[in-house]
Amino acid sequence: MNTETDIKKKPNYLNPYFGGVLLGLLLLATFFIAGRGLSASGAVKLSLVTVVNKIAPEHAANNTYYSKFIPEDGSSIMFNWLVFGAIGTFFGGMLSGVLYGRMGKLRVEHSPKISKRTRIIAAAIGGLLFGMGSQFGRGCSSGAALSGTAALSFGGLLVMAFMFGIGYVVAYFVRKLWI
Amino acid sequence: MGPLIPNEIITGQWDFVIALLIGGAFGFILEASGFSSSRNIAGVFYGYNFVVLRVFFTGMIVAMVGLLYFSYMGWINIDLVFVLPTYLNSMLLGGFIMGLGFVIGGFCPGTSYTAAAIGKIDGIVFAGSTLVGIFLFAELFPLFEGFYYANNLGNITIGEMFGLSNEVIVFVFVVIAIVAFYVTWLIEKRVRKNMTEYKFE
Repeated sequence: MNTETDIKKKPNYLNPYFGGVLLGLLLLATFFIAGRGLSASGAVKLSLVTVVNKIAPEHAANNTYYSKFIPEDGSSIMFNWLVFGAIGTFFGGMLSGVLYGRMGKLRVEHSPKISKRTRIIAAAIGGLLFGMGSQFGRGCSSGAALSGTAALSFGGLLVMAFMFGIGYVVAYFVRKLWI
Repeated sequence: MGPLIPNEIITGQWDFVIALLIGGAFGFILEASGFSSSRNIAGVFYGYNFVVLRVFFTGMIVAMVGLLYFSYMGWINIDLVFVLPTYLNSMLLGGFIMGLGFVIGGFCPGTSYTAAAIGKIDGIVFAGSTLVGIFLFAELFPLFEGFYYANNLGNITIGEMFGLSNEVIVFVFVVIAIVAFYVTWLIEKRVRKNMTEYKFE
């Protein structure tokens, strides 16, 4: 094995404990400022509600789920903390990618044992499941598992334990995707 | 004093500027820690890369201890910090489904945004599919509305659930995290020795 190219190829990530401390301080600052934690999936939910409300407003109003998120005073659904947070997350990730030289042209990252197509299908299934699961779970890994548990919510702990726990249970059966 | 927005120390349109900045810092930290790569993330399930556990657990205990400290110093009114309500049935199922999505897709929503941001098509597909997943959920919602709201325990904390103080709970989390850091470090060393196909990307 050519170790020299390996070292060159190894990307410049933060030390994970340092990254974790930064994440923790950010989460603490978010609690201090907003009284609530970080989020990610909420923005997708509100985008969906916006689209459905535009295309089929009656359907949205009659559906007990969509209508939960349509402000009664007619103000914008998208003018929301969650949406701005997610836009920030996208550009913050981009900034880091540019600074560390990981920003690149469109590409698919996958294990050498699977094809690009398989990886894309797996990503689509994973996203679909995460989308559904985050609604049942009242949040995804950011809102429920991380922020929920950090604020000592029992439900947050449940979501975190089940998310990682089931991941380990199923990992063996989908190992071909990764190793 | 804190939290600033619920106490109306910061008001009005500043909310969204702050949300944008906090989101930006969140995305930066996720990407810089290696979460824009699904292969780094999935390593937590196969023992070849525990970066998820390290970053996630460190972040969680720093925030937990920080909240206790802020509360003790009187800097934050802990009663105004949002405690995610617990809907037992629905959240167990949600965790279950997200666990499947996690190990199959290799991302969660936040990390998929950062992967999409640096040009990864699998990240774009994952993020797009979460929209489809939420759409399916919302369309089918009338079928399981009862289940969704069942067994509502309210905004219950872990301490209230087990009859322990927050301080004890946080201490237990810190101890578990430190043990987990050590054990996973040992596992990772062993697994990586026998692995040839994984390189950081």
